Amino acid sequence: MAQLSNGHLLNAIQDKFGNAILGAEEPNGLLTLNVNPEKLLELVRFLYNHEEFRFQFLTDICGAHFPDQKGAELASIYHLHSLENNIRIRIKCFLSADHPFVDSLTPLFAAANWQERETFDFYGIIFNGHPNLKRILNVDEMDYHPLRKEYPLEDQTRTDKNDSYFGR
Amino acid sequence: MEENRILAEDKKEYTTLNLGPTHPATHGIFQNVLTMDGEIIVDSEQTVGYIHRAFEKIAEHRPYYQITPLTDRLNYCSSPINNMGWHMTVEKLLGVQTPKRVDYMRVIIMELARIADHLVCNSVIGVDTGALTGFTYVFQWREKIYDIYESICGARLTTNIGRIGGMERDFTPEVIASIRSFLKEFPAVFDEFCRLLERNRIFMDRIVGTGAISAERALNYGFTGPNLRAAGVDYDVRVMNPYSSYQDFDFIIPVGTNGDTYDRFMVRQEEIRQSLRIIEQALNNLPEGKFFADVPEFFLPPKEEVYNNMEALIWHFKIVMGETDVPVGEVYHSVEGGNGELGYYLISDGGRAPFRLHFRRPCFIYYQAFPEMIKGSTLSDAIVVMSSMNVIAGELDA
Repeated sequence: MAQLSNGHLLNAIQDKFGNAILGAEEPNGLLTLNVNPEKLLELVRFLYNHEEFRFQFLTDICGAHFPDQKGAELASIYHLHSLENNIRIRIKCFLSADHPFVDSLTPLFAAANWQERETFDFYGIIFNGHPNLKRILNVDEMDYHPLRKEYPLEDQTRTDKNDSYFGR
Repeated sequence: MEENRILAEDKKEYTTLNLGPTHPATHGIFQNVLTMDGEIIVDSEQTVGYIHRAFEKIAEHRPYYQITPLTDRLNYCSSPINNMGWHMTVEKLLGVQTPKRVDYMRVIIMELARIADHLVCNSVIGVDTGALTGFTYVFQWREKIYDIYESICGARLTTNIGRIGGMERDFTPEVIASIRSFLKEFPAVFDEFCRLLERNRIFMDRIVGTGAISAERALNYGFTGPNLRAAGVDYDVRVMNPYSSYQDFDFIIPVGTNGDTYDRFMVRQEEIRQSLRIIEQALNNLPEGKFFADVPEFFLPPKEEVYNNMEALIWHFKIVMGETDVPVGEVYHSVEGGNGELGYYLISDGGRAPFRLHFRRPCFIYYQAFPEMIKGSTLSDAIVVMSSMNVIAGELDA
């Protein structure tokens, strides 16, 4: 079987989804799509059920926070793997911090359950349709999402560590 | 305790049982709230995060070389694999090509780590079924693997082994000799361990058929590593996306058929034998050459040069202070860890520390299948299923 190429994959996706694909790039050879969050579930379902692509393995879900991108501060990032073609794809959904909603992938992948809970825990992204969206690694009483960039690593009242000594 | 009993719709009374957070049989800090009908588990819910250490947040504030010690503490049964995975991720971002000798040295160390990891897991399955002998016997040999780590890098458990760009020093003749003697003496010991358990009637009666999961469910749950292979899917990162010259070696990927505890045990047993084969091939064909790639921004220069050469002194200072900027980029790299696909997703914005680093921890992803796997089994089976899944608290909670 001929090796499935990123170009072929991208063409097929763009034919089907057109303007839902907001951007595409290939950092280190991994096809990366920027997708309209409303179309995420539909796109992943298409990739899952497509008889040639068969992206049926969810490798990873994680979040990211870009405070400088106004209106698209949060990102929910997915890595899918087609084991039959041995090709991976990365899908990014950018969300605004005021309205961080995206569809849950739990109807397709049981693996999404805890990974979405983790992303919610650290970034506050709400996954619509998730059966049990609550914190997983942090304590339930926590009232913020600690991996967002506005939360510093250490207590800022400390005076014994002065970065200016190191030119920072 | 009236409030501990759930009144179900069928008017049957169930008991709630807390297994953990600290229970000697769970080998780590996990809480399982089990709903029991007599001795049968009806439902369960896990609580994780007891040893969460915010590694992903810390990593955003550390220069790249200081992240290696964080990776040690993920799956601490096979730290070298985590270290090497991280080095390779950064090398991929930097576009560094490592010499063959580095690749082979890494393969030797990673396969030793895999043997140590699988030995712990399999011997602990024995312990949980009442066979302590095998455990004490093979743990001596895990110690010998740790001795080899120690002679390579000076540390035993949390190794911080290797550097971005290569190894911190070359293998000494003593290291080669100790690996050779391990390869010579370990198989006889391992055969005895196999004879003790593999076809042991009591052991088999205890674990065959417990905690089974089908290939479809395992894939849907994102299983990787020995647990997925036990269900019959031959996915191994070493073969699918070879890294560190794994394509040079001849080895077999064992697969099971039922995905039960016995299959997981047997897959790990066979992987130990295959790892021995890989180490032997790597050692016999160890190429001559440099043990580090040409990346002065990340690889510390030799100490003599630091004292006598201005350029080396500057590099040394910049590396230790973590003042080297890394190119902007985005990279996902995965290695076959002891438990499965250990992935690193790194976003660099061009600074001295990662903008975002995410660890794909295989344990975290497959442990969510635990309730499904133990539903309808007894409490004692649940303990064995958990050991056979090899859930490592450090990796689970990051």
